[in-house]
Amino acid sequence: MVTANTDFGYNSKVEGSVVVSRADAIINWIRTNSMWPMPMGLACCAIELMAVGSARFDIARFGAEVMRFSPRQADCMIVAGSVTYKMAPQVRRIYDQMAAPKWVIAMGACASSGGMYRSYAHMQGVDRIIPVDVYVSGCPPRPEALLDALMKLQSKVRGEAAGAKLFEPVLHP
Amino acid sequence: MPVDAPIALKEKFPQAAERPSLDHPAFNVPVADVPAVLSYLREQSAFDLLVDITAIDQGEATSPRFTVVYHLLSTTRPGSYIRIAADCANDAAPEAPSVVPLWAGANWHERECYDMFGITFTGHPDLRRILMWDGYPYHPLRKEFPLAGIETDLPMADIAEETGTKVIPAPMSGGPFVASPGEINLTEAEPRAKDETWSDRRPKPDQPTLRQVKE
Repeated sequence: MVTANTDFGYNSKVEGSVVVSRADAIINWIRTNSMWPMPMGLACCAIELMAVGSARFDIARFGAEVMRFSPRQADCMIVAGSVTYKMAPQVRRIYDQMAAPKWVIAMGACASSGGMYRSYAHMQGVDRIIPVDVYVSGCPPRPEALLDALMKLQSKVRGEAAGAKLFEPVLHP
Repeated sequence: MPVDAPIALKEKFPQAAERPSLDHPAFNVPVADVPAVLSYLREQSAFDLLVDITAIDQGEATSPRFTVVYHLLSTTRPGSYIRIAADCANDAAPEAPSVVPLWAGANWHERECYDMFGITFTGHPDLRRILMWDGYPYHPLRKEFPLAGIETDLPMADIAEETGTKVIPAPMSGGPFVASPGEINLTEAEPRAKDETWSDRRPKPDQPTLRQVKE
């Protein structure tokens, strides 16, 4: 069998039971297909986030169904909802407690830009305190939009030089 | 009876003055008499539920500046409300007596009132901020406080240092911000400014300059 996949070139007549690949491809394959979310549900977007986890939309198809309420077991923080200045330091603290490598999805208008909350109490975009990989528009976004964001994040992770960075110390951005 | 309660209150407390009201009976009382009046309404007139405590800021130029407002409801006479308002004597450091001994539920109402208006409720068991964080230097619902906010530090010093972020005034240009419900395209449905003819760079047509949010 010869596949067109360049990441996993495999010919059973040549290689037998040995699969030859690149470290980046293997590591990123593992990372993209088990991206456990940290559900940072702060407002109504969290309801849509729950819908994404349920049977109709089924985020399990992308290997991201394991919502980890412990940041130490999570890979991807989904900031779902409005981030007030009172809550913002806690969001950053939980982000700091996540083990690297870690990614962030800003879900919805409020988390991305402050949304309709132009006021003294509301942080104008969570990217002011944590680095965001994918922004999702919508108020709140449809569950499909969040799935799309997850797929975009997966394609981003697939392009990372994971093997080269594997033993580098993690520097917080 | 619902009609008698205000009359009985006026007989018992002659200092209570009728307050203009579009809906329910309302009275102005001296701030020192608030616990006595509310206690009387609760015990004698069956206004047993404290619905809300809020305050009014009439602006810096007016004296008395702050008015505390109590809304009472009778659960035994459904639909029977009464409103009690009291002007705070001191405009710089407004004070009102706490009614937590009468209704335990007044605790959070008074904390919110303190947080938003800076009214000190004397005798409150635990008068801390409830919405903004401890140490926040302003009272946001006062008239002189801009909606966009004033630059301050984040609640946690170590996070503020790590991120280099502060509490900054929100961009108010082009507001208010509205979403377009029913829009199929989600990008088009995003909340955006109703009036986009002006921005941070382009001044609003009728205004010479944008209002400065910083002091």
